[in-house]
Amino acid sequence: MYNMNSPKKNIVLKTENLVIGYHHKKRSNIVAKDINVAIEKGTFVALLGKNGIGKSTLLRTISKVQEPLDGKIFINQKKTTDYKDEELATLLGLVLTERLPTSQLTVYELVALGRQPYTNWIDTLSEKDITIINEAITLTEIEHLKDNRFHELSDGQLQRVLIARALAQDTEIIILDEPTAHLDIHHTFKIFALLKNLVETTKKTIIISTHEVNLAIKLVDAFILLANDKVYNGNSEELILQNAFSSLFPKELISFNKEIKQFIINNN
Amino acid sequence: MNSKKTYTNYFILLSVSLIFFGFINISLGSVSIPFNEILTIIFDGETSKKSWQTIIINYRIPKALTAILVGSGLSISGLLMQTLFRNPLAGPFVLGISSGASLGVALLILGSGFLSAVFIPISISNWSLAIASSIGAFLVLIAVMIAAKKIKNTMSILIIGLMFGSLTAAIISILSYFSTSEQIQQFQFWGFGSLGNLGWHELLVFGSIYTIAIIGTFFVIKPLNSFLLGENYAKSLGINIQKSRNLILIITCLLTGVITAFSGPIAFVGLAVPHIAKLILTTSNHKILLPATAVLGAIILLICDSIAQLPTTEYTLPINAITSLFGAPIVIWLLVRKKKIYV
Repeated sequence: MYNMNSPKKNIVLKTENLVIGYHHKKRSNIVAKDINVAIEKGTFVALLGKNGIGKSTLLRTISKVQEPLDGKIFINQKKTTDYKDEELATLLGLVLTERLPTSQLTVYELVALGRQPYTNWIDTLSEKDITIINEAITLTEIEHLKDNRFHELSDGQLQRVLIARALAQDTEIIILDEPTAHLDIHHTFKIFALLKNLVETTKKTIIISTHEVNLAIKLVDAFILLANDKVYNGNSEELILQNAFSSLFPKELISFNKEIKQFIINNN
Repeated sequence: MNSKKTYTNYFILLSVSLIFFGFINISLGSVSIPFNEILTIIFDGETSKKSWQTIIINYRIPKALTAILVGSGLSISGLLMQTLFRNPLAGPFVLGISSGASLGVALLILGSGFLSAVFIPISISNWSLAIASSIGAFLVLIAVMIAAKKIKNTMSILIIGLMFGSLTAAIISILSYFSTSEQIQQFQFWGFGSLGNLGWHELLVFGSIYTIAIIGTFFVIKPLNSFLLGENYAKSLGINIQKSRNLILIITCLLTGVITAFSGPIAFVGLAVPHIAKLILTTSNHKILLPATAVLGAIILLICDSIAQLPTTEYTLPINAITSLFGAPIVIWLLVRKKKIYV
């Protein structure tokens, strides 16, 4: 449920009574329901929630990797089911957690694959494609890795390459599923800083799922927060007012401190 | 760009080798014909000995062309399967196509006793073998396509293909149990593989189906490259997974079906040549890898066939044994040296 009081304009992504989950034989296994969120254009959004609550399922559903059980998803006021796959590929780019199959693709080739929705039937890169690929490589600061094979990279470097690939796809929305999952605190911060910078310079809408709650509160513009019984959507002020952060985790070990706007370890 | 130039050099080298080994292949055989006579026959069509002309035109050139089509076709199917299943152990035979073909031939040869008792007597010729194995391959193709339609998970198709293999092996051993030793020997002989059974008429049929399949491969280059990122990324790039997968399966089935029909189940080439190409060219880009794999496959089968001729003797070894005997150590050596295997 999103806050009706804060007027949102320029909504790029919206869900209506979305129910996500899996079909299991004849029953359906509901992971989360009543998901009504609205994401403003050009914002940096964090999707929060404890392990297993359905963050990946939600992102996979929004990006049409899997079907919703019920409800609607709109991108630019049009239902995602009304877009052809190749149209959607020009609106929504993905960075997934799954490991890439081992191949000999170079970093440049991997980023260039992001241009596939725009290339011809035999995948020829035009001059415009090459310019956009190079821009993506510059923005993510991976020029020095261009000719390396992607499987030789560290996790942090690979994450930047995958972000560059999504940038090259030149979509309004980029969705990243736990982009900092395998990274140390330094590289986690670098990825967050890079994404924030990208939102500012490219005006793209970036949605990430993350467990870095404290970092997200400092850096992102808005949240989607999956709690046990409710889905919250808004900026940090709005979510604090609704006690949303406190409902994120059980309170025996860590709790949310409203004054410093951070989770802290309980002292006892 | 630097890398582009190196690829051009590789392709020049591959083309020159293809022509070189093509001529070597034609010049070798149980009847020794001087090399300059061979050139005269090919380019002028005139020669001092009529029998030499017949051997070259009606036997050795079709055999060399068959080697080229079989080698490149199997290698291309192997590459397609490895990328589609993102599994380096995949080859053209994983879908059970060759098992289907074997079953067709087994029913013809081993089952001909039962069949001719009930129906009209069936004669076993090149054409009837090709038709039987085509029908077998085609039936498995239909089964694979139905399975592919029902199953979202690509890996399951791989396992279903392997199961088809086990099933047909079981049926073949039951058939063998009830067959005469002559029939079993005849079936085994088909299993050795042979490149020399095709005349110009058969080659025309073979070549036409091959060409259709090759035209199809141009249309799967783009999806193949996106499959290198996995199916979810490919889908998010706007690739129609189901359509691309079906097209890749049809191409592979056509190629392996027609190859097995005319030259028997030739092992090793389809699994190994793509790996050799990947290791030599160090790329995963199918725009480069596909043509390179095709030419390399043709070269390797020409070499294997030249060895199988046992030059200067009148014996010819089974091609199926030679491909594995000389190919497997090459792959082992390449892997030990480079230590990594790619999809």
